[in-house]
Amino acid sequence: MKLQEMRSTNFSRFAAERNKLVHTFGALAEIGQEVSNKHNFQETVRTSLHLVLGSLGIMRGGVVRYTRFEHELNMVSARGLGDDFPFGMSLCYEDERQFLANGLYPIECDQARVLPFFQVYDRSLERAKIELFVPLVVRDELLGGIFLGEKASGEQYTSHDKEIICAMGRHIGVAISQRNLMAELERRADENRRLYDDLKMTYKDTVKAFAAAIDRKDKYTEGHSVRVGKYSEAIARELGWGEEEIEGAAFAGYLHDIGKITVERKIINAPYRINAKESTELNKHPGAGYEILQPIRHPYAGVPLAAKYHHERLDGRGYPDGLYDREIPYIAKVVNLADAFDAMTSDRPYRRRRSAQEVFEDLQRNSGKQFAPELVTALLRGVIRELSGESKDKTFRKMLGREYMESEGLMPMVRTALNELAPTTPLTFVAHK
Amino acid sequence: MTEVSSQVLSDSQGTATVFAGDYLNKLSGERIERECRAKLNAGYREIIVDFSGTELVNSIGISILMGVIDAASGIGAKVVFAEPNPMTTELFDMLGLTRHVEIRA
Ligand SMILES: [Fe+2]
Ligand SMILES: [Fe+2]
Repeated sequence: MKLQEMRSTNFSRFAAERNKLVHTFGALAEIGQEVSNKHNFQETVRTSLHLVLGSLGIMRGGVVRYTRFEHELNMVSARGLGDDFPFGMSLCYEDERQFLANGLYPIECDQARVLPFFQVYDRSLERAKIELFVPLVVRDELLGGIFLGEKASGEQYTSHDKEIICAMGRHIGVAISQRNLMAELERRADENRRLYDDLKMTYKDTVKAFAAAIDRKDKYTEGHSVRVGKYSEAIARELGWGEEEIEGAAFAGYLHDIGKITVERKIINAPYRINAKESTELNKHPGAGYEILQPIRHPYAGVPLAAKYHHERLDGRGYPDGLYDREIPYIAKVVNLADAFDAMTSDRPYRRRRSAQEVFEDLQRNSGKQFAPELVTALLRGVIRELSGESKDKTFRKMLGREYMESEGLMPMVRTALNELAPTTPLTFVAHK
Repeated sequence: MTEVSSQVLSDSQGTATVFAGDYLNKLSGERIERECRAKLNAGYREIIVDFSGTELVNSIGISILMGVIDAASGIGAKVVFAEPNPMTTELFDMLGLTRHVEIRA
């Protein structure tokens, strides 16, 4: 052969080799990209299988995922294996041990007949003309496997082919591992959420039981704690608070008088206006409530503070500490208004409840003195929205009774009170779209 | 997305042509395989895959084409790859696909 011809033959062989390499490495690069792109897991595996088969011209194959609990290989994606190829294949302990020992390297099925797995599935593997099984072992964990059929060229798999298969298999293994990790994270997040919900439920039940206990002790103000909880909730809702905060306001209301369980029953239940000494005793209930609630870890901040300061007034004439406006925790102001509103609108042993007119005048008069004006506004707005039917909520109707809510002229009365409290509406800037 | 176009050349000869186009190389290229299978199920015994509009075939494309070959060989039908460019022809040859199909320039 002339030198010229030899050169040209060598060159074309070299070019063919180069093209083959470019083709295989293209597939390898793509599989890496596919796995790191984190699409849908099924699609990632399907694409990866195409890439493995296409890179070496393998006629058929499948990717299975190992589930450790069931000791089963489950088909994720298959091509050309036929309908009767098993979807799930079980592994015994010995199979798993051997696969782990083998690591991520293609096993020739003919030469692995000693393993129970290849004995059990012999017929299926033969029918699908499977030549190689690649255990997907990544970081000493069996994650799945790849079944590979014959090459389109009819040639044997070379060691070079097997290296390529290993490299691609590692990527697929990583994809499965990522998927498992995600599933585990989701499961744990779910579990945590459930645990948290359970705790919250327990807390809710406990709080309600406590509220009922307080209310039972104070027989003339039966249902007071529950109502204060409901009013606090309604005020918080009108203020536009988030659902968790609204719930927190309700609990602060339910528990505000918990300190009363330390006060003598005869003082609480006195069917007359109590004297100074008894009054001093009764006035200890906010501090006592705080002592009870403070050591408990509440899901809502401010519950103990609401109990401690629910008798404080904006003008500093409240108790126990005589705090002024800004010094009073906000939640305590909410509960204070709800508490006062219930005191005015429910019967007491020594007096009937006040008329609607008196109540709304009182709220107006004491706004800025005892009550935070914006809270009074929120409460009145809540009543109006319920009266007008704008809100489907029936808190006030349920708590105050139909008779009260339907008393004559209630709507204009509340409207007047609201307007006098807030004669101007601050402008809200709305950005143009 | 471009539809997979197929055309029936001649009914009497039982030949259907499917254009590979440039969507063969993605997961969506599986449609080409489905199209071919549909033609085979409809009774065609010769499938021509037309590569005149195909610049390059990657591994996904190869895998999909092997699906076509597999489907055809299962029922004794013939597959023809028409007008692949030299580089693609070389690839088909290298990977052994030419053992299963006829290449028509
Ligand atoms: Fe109180
Ligand atoms: Fe109270």
